[in-house]
Amino acid sequence: MRDAAFDTPGVASTMPHGQVAHNPLLDVRRLGFSAGGEKLLHDVDVAIRRGSRTLIMGPNGAGKSLLLRLMHGLLQPQEGAILWQGGRMDATARRAQAMVFQRPVLLRRSVIANLKFALSVRGLRGNERAEKIRTALETAGLSHLARRPARVLSGGEQQRLSLVRALACEPDLLFLDEPTANLDPASTAAIETLILEANARGVTIVLVTHDAGQAKRLGEDLVFLQDGTVVETGPVEKVLANPRSEPVRAWRDGRLYLGPNTQSLNNYPGRKN
Amino acid sequence: MDSFWGAFAGAFGLVIALDPDLMEIIGLSMRVTLTAVFLACVIGLPLGAAVGTFNFPGRTLLAVILNALMGLPPVVVGLLVYLVLSASGPLGPLRLLYTPTAMIIAQMVLVTPIVAALTRQVIEDLNREYSEQFASLGVGAFDRLTAMLWDARYSLLTVALAGFGRAVAEVGAVIIVGGNINHVTRVMTTTIALETSKGNLQLALALGVILLMIAFAVNAGVMALRASAARAAYA
Repeated sequence: MRDAAFDTPGVASTMPHGQVAHNPLLDVRRLGFSAGGEKLLHDVDVAIRRGSRTLIMGPNGAGKSLLLRLMHGLLQPQEGAILWQGGRMDATARRAQAMVFQRPVLLRRSVIANLKFALSVRGLRGNERAEKIRTALETAGLSHLARRPARVLSGGEQQRLSLVRALACEPDLLFLDEPTANLDPASTAAIETLILEANARGVTIVLVTHDAGQAKRLGEDLVFLQDGTVVETGPVEKVLANPRSEPVRAWRDGRLYLGPNTQSLNNYPGRKN
Repeated sequence: MDSFWGAFAGAFGLVIALDPDLMEIIGLSMRVTLTAVFLACVIGLPLGAAVGTFNFPGRTLLAVILNALMGLPPVVVGLLVYLVLSASGPLGPLRLLYTPTAMIIAQMVLVTPIVAALTRQVIEDLNREYSEQFASLGVGAFDRLTAMLWDARYSLLTVALAGFGRAVAEVGAVIIVGGNINHVTRVMTTTIALETSKGNLQLALALGVILLMIAFAVNAGVMALRASAARAAYA
């Protein structure tokens, strides 16, 4: 069943709060964030349904990664609020979340030591930890590389390790910031499979991507950002069937959208003619 | 010219013969230096890591002070430690002046800022890479520090090496607080200074050659370790 937030026509940022999703896992309300005197996000309303796969899309600089970091608690909002299951975002809420970054951040240790570290932080020891590590390695197809230094793995292997490390912590909500950027199709497919499997087990997914194909393969709900605010939101197929904004229309049609004042590929922002 | 080459020949003779006086001086030098560097690392590594990792009021000021203290003049440190350890000083009752312990304290005071300041730089760079991932995983302050110190271990070996270099070559501070007493506080650098002033170039040169050999050996060892770590992508 879809939530009201995604079924209600209209721009999410101007949506009255009475119409947001019922009991969302994560509820972003009137979020604002500025840096260097510039408003990077403003009036952002997003409701993440439990068990859903939500895509955050938009051009470079739209505020996608910033929104992800704010939702995960890596940054504190300057305006608005982020609610976890209707309550405050506290340390317990943070422990129920995990994040995979665009560029995998791996410790200067072996594959197995990277997993061991993450699980130790969560308080796991002994057999329970060993069993989780074994499962994670098998899931990622990295069992044969367990003793290898993590940083000599290929890009795809590193991202798989990063993903199973996050999943081994058994999050309710997993944030992924362009996890397949710069990966080949085979590595992308492996990551997407792991994401879908995790979602099937009940993990809520919030994914930032530029890849329209990936959006169609993985997406249920879509949040489209532009200039720091939500310009369109709803179920992916519904948004695609009836896009209300030009950037989403261009994305659906496979056209390059260069901004409201840019008509030609030779006239991109900042170019001197 | 003959006396010049003669001094070298005599020096190598002492080294090859494992002259007992020479060995005693080398042994004490290594004991004092390695203990001082170890203690400086015990204090400087966590201190530098904390300054490089956490935001707290006065952090920048502390970093500036640590950097400035890297250039502490040894004779000034020697004088200050002398005043603290002298009979009328706060630690006078411990009667540490003119003992190897006093020399260790002086060297430790000199080396700790070097270890702390260089550690801060290394850990700050690593923290820039790890901080978001650590925050996401919910890593606590203590685990964060120990994890970064462990992951930066090969870079920190070079930091310890810089401290060792400073300590092993130190003469000004240890001569003030140690007194260069024969069979008690005489180390390589103070002996070189003394024997040169007495015209006994053989012993001075022999010690100089050994000091250089130790410096080369330690540097080569650390470089080899770092190279193997880099090959394994751990550095």
